[in-house]
Amino acid sequence: MTVSGPKGKPFSIKKQPGFGFVAVFCFVMLYAPIFTLIVYSFNAGKYISIWEGFSLQWYVSAWNNEAVQDAAIRSLVLALQASAYSTVLATMAALGTTRTRSFRGLTAIYVLINQPLMVPEIVTAVALLTFFAIIKTATGYQGLAYLVLAHTAFCIPFAYLPIRARLEGMDLILETAAADLYAPPWKTFRHITLPLLWPGIIAGAMLAFVISLDDVVITEFVKSSGQETLPTYMLGQLRRVISPEINAISTALLSLSILVVSAFFFFNRKFGK
Amino acid sequence: MTNKPTGIDRIENARKKRTRRNWLLSTPALIVLICAASGPLLIVLAYSLLSAGEYGGVTWSFSTDAWFNVVFHRDIFDETIGLADAHLLIFWRSVKLSFFTTLTTLAIGFPTAYFIATRNRKTRSMWLFLITVPFWTNLLIRTFAILEVIRNEGLINTALRALEIIHEPIQMLYTDFAIMVGMTYVFLPLMVLPLYASMERLDFNLIEAAYDLYATRYQVLRRVIVPLVKPGIIAGSILVFIPSLGAFVTPRVLGGGKKMMLGNLIELQFGAGRNWPLGAALSITLLGIVMIALVAYLRSTQRSSGGRR
Repeated sequence: MTVSGPKGKPFSIKKQPGFGFVAVFCFVMLYAPIFTLIVYSFNAGKYISIWEGFSLQWYVSAWNNEAVQDAAIRSLVLALQASAYSTVLATMAALGTTRTRSFRGLTAIYVLINQPLMVPEIVTAVALLTFFAIIKTATGYQGLAYLVLAHTAFCIPFAYLPIRARLEGMDLILETAAADLYAPPWKTFRHITLPLLWPGIIAGAMLAFVISLDDVVITEFVKSSGQETLPTYMLGQLRRVISPEINAISTALLSLSILVVSAFFFFNRKFGK
Repeated sequence: MTNKPTGIDRIENARKKRTRRNWLLSTPALIVLICAASGPLLIVLAYSLLSAGEYGGVTWSFSTDAWFNVVFHRDIFDETIGLADAHLLIFWRSVKLSFFTTLTTLAIGFPTAYFIATRNRKTRSMWLFLITVPFWTNLLIRTFAILEVIRNEGLINTALRALEIIHEPIQMLYTDFAIMVGMTYVFLPLMVLPLYASMERLDFNLIEAAYDLYATRYQVLRRVIVPLVKPGIIAGSILVFIPSLGAFVTPRVLGGGKKMMLGNLIELQFGAGRNWPLGAALSITLLGIVMIALVAYLRSTQRSSGGRR
């Protein structure tokens, strides 16, 4: 789509002066800080801003730090549980709210499911703090279940979105055919709906996993004492003199997130419409 | 007379059955959400109308003190009533920084989204991927990365000193500026993505027509592109403004407890401040502002989509 401009140069109608420059600035701005953080995690020196040569010592020291081990395991256990539960719940809810005629209460269900996306996280965090404080005094239970419940709740909308998108792209023809051939509803679901829906479910689970793994605010307010996750551990460390160990932990956590998100994209591309 | 079900009855029954099935499928998710998202908000609302306990928590007596204290301040000694300057300052900072963050992300995000939308189809998804990845990575880590760039011994100051442009480090950390830079960095993808979504559908025939009518590049931008992608601009602005207003991690790390925003003020009341009712009232206030912004947004999208039809 180029026509000849006044000076004989090719005239592109899509061009806007300076936009390319700003875009390049934007990408550099997005990645330079992350890149710096990753590079300095391999620094041999004690300070985060003076480069003293390549070393893996901060990874080793983070790996051997018991507080970090403990937090890392808790983060993973929590993210796995929350993503599993929220994906199951979101799949059921998606089956109940898509490919159906509008019924009374459908809008209310949408609002409830998307509520964690609309309410500021700090407000939800404070609300859970007060609610769980009541239960903690009443029952004396201090375990991980509070965190699992809280994470499951705010992961539901993230798991729900790709599953719903997938379901909406599937028509009912195959299911109707199965029913016509006298397949009972459970068998239709097991052999037709579920295999077709699978990519959406996996995508939803991956998003939920990443969201749970990264959460700081709600975890910080809900956790009982001694229940640090990696992000809350890091938040605590940022108050002190920062050790490059934090860079190493950050890099590890970043890699995990990027890995899962890339897998998500790959998945969506391969199976998406 | 026997009650033989007619065809209409059967359809009606099937429909009822289906609705019941839909509710049954949705209920488990709804229970979890009501327990751990919606329900507790009602407790916060109730707490905002109680009096503060001495060591945190609440005592069960009705009081409007918390709401009074959101905006006003009663002097401990002579009981005179004045405005709560500290709170108003934090309200003002939250709104001001969120506004400027929205503006900066728009200034950077608009050209970027346009740039991506004008690439060819194959590379487009790669650029989009590059915008999306930071969004899905840990917010705390990204804030920490900014901290390392702007601190006194950080990347910028070290570079400027090595070039002998400055001799003393510029104090950027723990200022309003730091918080704004951090929020711009963290929320930028939220601006680019909706902008891109509306620019992708941009009809370049209209732009070509404008050039045929001797429009300059600026006129095309101002009078053709911007009006066409206005829904994206509004969506992006709302998506950035709302989380900025409730930001907690970024001002805490980059403001260092000196420069607080609403989120930090709320945390303070539940932590060291030990005034849960005040914290609850502040939370409801924040929620109220966010809801007003959301409703205004929904109204504007309904109007614009209604106009197009």
